[in-house]
Amino acid sequence: MSKLESPKDLGPLILNVKGVRKNFEDKEVLKGIDLEVYRGQIVALIGSSGSGKSTLLRSVNLIEEISDGQILLNDVDISDPRVNQDEVRRQIGLVFQAFNLFAHLSILENITLALRHVQGLTAAEAKSRALVLLERIGLAEKADEYPDKLSGGQQQRTAIIRAVALNPTLLLLDEVTSALDPELVGEVLELIKDLKASGTSILMATHELSFARDVADWVVFLDGGVIIEEGPAKDFFENPQMPRTKEFLQRLRSRAGEQ
Amino acid sequence: MSNSEARRFSPSEIELDRRAFRLARKRKSTTLVAFVSTILFAVVAWLSLVNSPGWPRVEQSFFNLETAIEALPAVLEGLMLNLRVLLYSAIGVLVVGLTLALLRTLRSPIFTPIRLLARGYVDLFRGLPLIIVLYLVGFGIPGLRLEFLGRIPVEVLGTLALTLTYSAYVAEVFRAGIEAVHPSQRLAARSLGLSYSQTMRLVVLPQAFRKVAPPLMNDFVSLQKDVGLISVLGAVDAVRAAQIEVAQFANFTPYVVSGLLFVLLAIPTVRAADYVTTRLAKREQAGGVL
Repeated sequence: MSKLESPKDLGPLILNVKGVRKNFEDKEVLKGIDLEVYRGQIVALIGSSGSGKSTLLRSVNLIEEISDGQILLNDVDISDPRVNQDEVRRQIGLVFQAFNLFAHLSILENITLALRHVQGLTAAEAKSRALVLLERIGLAEKADEYPDKLSGGQQQRTAIIRAVALNPTLLLLDEVTSALDPELVGEVLELIKDLKASGTSILMATHELSFARDVADWVVFLDGGVIIEEGPAKDFFENPQMPRTKEFLQRLRSRAGEQ
Repeated sequence: MSNSEARRFSPSEIELDRRAFRLARKRKSTTLVAFVSTILFAVVAWLSLVNSPGWPRVEQSFFNLETAIEALPAVLEGLMLNLRVLLYSAIGVLVVGLTLALLRTLRSPIFTPIRLLARGYVDLFRGLPLIIVLYLVGFGIPGLRLEFLGRIPVEVLGTLALTLTYSAYVAEVFRAGIEAVHPSQRLAARSLGLSYSQTMRLVVLPQAFRKVAPPLMNDFVSLQKDVGLISVLGAVDAVRAAQIEVAQFANFTPYVVSGLLFVLLAIPTVRAADYVTTRLAKREQAGGVL
């Protein structure tokens, strides 16, 4: 927390989102977002559905075209249409709520596909790298299984590892635990914690408040396409300033309490 | 391992009763009833056929064993031509059909003319009767007098006509398959940094192929018998060879012979199509026990 208050302690700026706006037809989904992610940080985006979290993540990965503003990755403006978009996506990993593993490929092939065809590794190199990663998440025995034979948690961990295998500069996680049964959420969060420990920079949209409080460095509360409040995780949760933030946190907590 | 454990438990009274009932019902319905009704139907059909007033004449002119044996070598030789045409047109159809399907899925406005052209092609050749295409290609192209091509053999023209027509059907099958692959698969591939063409080749098409294998094989079965239509151009295939034999013996049996050969040719493909379809259905576990 204190390290964020004194910028000189921060690592290099990885992602710099400046005044980003996004319209779908005449509907304004993002109304001027400013956001920074420094190396090795986890920044958590929270907010109800429709607040613009996913759109922001998809914009950063250039799946959506922004309507205004700039997105800089390592000081390079990636919102400039002249950049090679495939090249940019190679540096940014994106993991989806619904896993999106390739249904026709085994767990191992899911991971080696991009290693071979994007990074140009040989089949053998890709395989050994993938096996190391699968070992790390305890799924090495499942290497030859197809995704539909795995539990949701195992699939999601595979999807995260698939993105991490490419050593992305930045990892985007879009509500990666929202489609999971409650007892499977833990294993995925554990993996994210693990990634943070190994220095991965992560921007994640999440509904897991306690996880955001414990693991995130910075928390951003998005509502109606604008940032209502942001701050170091601990401050944010213990001492929210804005009425809307308080209301949102209270609503989520009371719902969690009911379960 | 959990399977063997599951097998070891001893079923309850209720379950045993259910199993006994299912077994009895199955025996009754599938074995006995099916057997009896099949035999009965066959006997009735056979009796009404051989007792019809004109049967002796029909038997003589359509099912004459001697003529069949005499005609077989020529018809078989013709069938070899059908098989060659089948091979080349099947390859041509796959290539052209897939290309058309891919052109139709291009989204960028730059490709609008190409997309429209592909669509027009599919509309045209799905509507045109194959026999008309055969006449147009078979007699039209030689009519152009393109000297540098020399004299084009009729079987090549037939192959071309079949390819033109079937590519339109197969393009639609492929397009349906490509569109049946969930967009999230494409998204996942692109977000890993794969290019558009890599995504198509490595992620979308393999899944699309699997989905369309059954309808694709059905089209192949149709193609297998439609290769017999090249005889209208004068190619000496199985049908044309049979026709020649028919004229020679003044007996229709060679037609039956060539027909049977086509059926024999189709059976393995039909069985393979069934097999592929059931296997896919099982993998998707769609209907439960229904």
